[in-house]
Amino acid sequence: MFRDAWLVAGKDLRLEARSRVTTNQVAPFAVTVLILFAFALDPDSDVLERATAGLFWVAVLLSSLLALQRAFTVESVDGNRDALRLSGLEPAGIFLGKACAVAAQLIVLEVVLGIGVVVLYDATLAGPLLLGATCLAATAGLAAAGTLYGVLAAGLRVRDTLLPLLLFPVVAPVLIGGTRAFEAALGDVPGEGWPWVGLLCVFAAVYTAFGVLAFGPILEES
Amino acid sequence: MTSPAPSGTEPSGTAAGAGAPAHTGSQGTRVLGSVTAAGLVMLSLFALVFSPAEADQGDAVRLMYIHVPTAVVAFLAFFVTAAGSALWLWKKSRWWDLVAASSAEIGVIFTALTLVTGMVWGRPIWGVYWTWDARLTSTALLLLLFLGYLAIRRVPAEPDVRNRRAAFAGLIAVVDVPIVHYSVNWWNSLHQEPTITRLDPSIDGLMLFTLMLGIVVFLLLYLWLLVHRFRLAWLEEQLASSDLAAALVERRAEADEATISAPPAPSSAAKASGTIAEASR
Amino acid sequence: MELAVHLRAAVSLLGRFPALAGVDLDVAPGEIVLIQGPNGAGKTTLLRACAGLVPVVRGVAVVLGHDLRVDARLVRRRVGLLGHATFLYDDLTVADNVRFWSRACGASRADADAAMARLGLEGRLADVVVARLSAGQRRRASIAAMIARRPELWLLDEPHAGLDQAGRDVVDTLVRDAAAAGATVLVASHELDRARALAGRTVTIAGGTIPSGGTTPPVLASGSPVYGPRGRQNDGWVDAGAPGAPGEVVGVP
Repeated sequence: MFRDAWLVAGKDLRLEARSRVTTNQVAPFAVTVLILFAFALDPDSDVLERATAGLFWVAVLLSSLLALQRAFTVESVDGNRDALRLSGLEPAGIFLGKACAVAAQLIVLEVVLGIGVVVLYDATLAGPLLLGATCLAATAGLAAAGTLYGVLAAGLRVRDTLLPLLLFPVVAPVLIGGTRAFEAALGDVPGEGWPWVGLLCVFAAVYTAFGVLAFGPILEES
Repeated sequence: MTSPAPSGTEPSGTAAGAGAPAHTGSQGTRVLGSVTAAGLVMLSLFALVFSPAEADQGDAVRLMYIHVPTAVVAFLAFFVTAAGSALWLWKKSRWWDLVAASSAEIGVIFTALTLVTGMVWGRPIWGVYWTWDARLTSTALLLLLFLGYLAIRRVPAEPDVRNRRAAFAGLIAVVDVPIVHYSVNWWNSLHQEPTITRLDPSIDGLMLFTLMLGIVVFLLLYLWLLVHRFRLAWLEEQLASSDLAAALVERRAEADEATISAPPAPSSAAKASGTIAEASR
Repeated sequence: MELAVHLRAAVSLLGRFPALAGVDLDVAPGEIVLIQGPNGAGKTTLLRACAGLVPVVRGVAVVLGHDLRVDARLVRRRVGLLGHATFLYDDLTVADNVRFWSRACGASRADADAAMARLGLEGRLADVVVARLSAGQRRRASIAAMIARRPELWLLDEPHAGLDQAGRDVVDTLVRDAAAAGATVLVASHELDRARALAGRTVTIAGGTIPSGGTTPPVLASGSPVYGPRGRQNDGWVDAGAPGAPGEVVGVP
């Protein structure tokens, strides 16, 4: 299973390296979202700085949607779903591989957004350990749930509008947890943030387990 | 008819598969319906007349007798949907899938009702329609989860494909409900301002009884609606599903049309009737 | 002797539509069989069912020793399907694609490179992104991805479509070599002249059934190796009482 996951993740990342969709399109989109927030809220007051944690995670969520759409668009063309079923790859491995590739892209996006937030919102990043742990746990959960819903919505003609409706309510805990943990880190009270990281880990674990178990059956019905 | 046997009993115990009924009512549902109606009347009396107004909230508290029961039913309906989805994926009997779908439709109505009554209740007490209190927020997310499930069921695709995917979506979402509830609760406890007190007043005696009565009556209402909606879905399903043997004959007839030369025709007709006999075994 | 493909009254549904309405087909290991028929007759579904992609809901279906109604998944690794879709990732190069699909089923990188070479996709061409290839070159890449897996059962849906003359000759050579090595080949094609020259036997499918001739694998010459599903050597043929000699066209063009 892990060998298959490694293979699939490598394929997805190689695809990304050749097509550069995340770097050329999704990352600029993420920064654009930050800029739009500045237009919407008053940049003169310190509301942007106070809301940094929340705005960061909303931007991550919106960008993750694009990344997931992309991850499954490449599988929907030209019968690749059949090809995956024929390939002899273990479905659980396919799930883990795709989720890891998406997670890797999300981490890159989060770094970009982190820089964006420091530059645009004049935020000061504190508590790097907590920030890092939060990002990892939240990203894992987001990637797992997103890959699961991505395959559910894949191949349906209304996939692009269906995926956000399905995904966003489910990942609300990630938004809540990520924001609270970030606020704790930025506000220099890391003790309050770690329990939220725990919640994020639970979410990630639950959805990774679910994905490993359910990806095969979902892929099966053609 | 290729109708799969239900793997559970319907609440009213009336056979749903014996011929095609003209309507979804039956002896059992009529009894259930009358009991529910009587219960609703009783509930209205107790809620509006007999039970006392509350000290702080006045008469607005009477909305609780609808709000809390609809919330209970809404969450129950979601779990029924999830359970039906799981059992359908496991046992493959259409019965469970239809139960899941019917419960989802009823559940979404009750969820919306919960939110509306919550808003109406909150307005006179806090002066705002919405506060981000834990129960309302969880219920709002529940509504979205329901809408997602129903959206998949209505996607333009093969019915079997989309029903299966909807079932999976239901299962994935139900796993999330406790996590959402927990995290929203926790989140809420952080920014609870002292001026906004919890919605639920202290209740006892007659008010408690009325509340319990409300929950029971609404559960009966849910059951009654579920049975009717399920039967409707069942009838629709029977209408839509084609007889496999007939479809096979039709399909094979294409072969006879495609055949030009005469000699193979009798043998293929004989073969067709022979294999039909085999196939309908 | 075990048949590579054994179907009796096999029914497959696409949604509610019985695409296969009771197919009887026997194919011996090492045979090349042409499947012809009008559009919509079920050729593609038949191939996909043999690949284990489309479930068989009634009848008997045993491919390469596996019962398709029970464990279709186990069959997939051992078959190669060439369909209308290319099964390629547009944004990856030919080499990336072929190596990925071959490594996915456990074949080695060397197998992948050899397959590409046989299809003329080596050198500079191997590093071209698939999106930039012509339709014919993509077809070659799909074929390379398939043969790199070294399948025991080849399921080819219109293999000559989109290829130039040289490409078609390459396909024919590949098919003959594979059959000689013991693989079984089912070809669905409208290119009847070329395919009949290639195939040992022709069956006609119409209306989701094979009215006649599906269950008569010819007697093989004793010299050719028979590739049983688990690599066992054949220990004797059972004559299926074929009314037609090998190579006879059965059914209506």
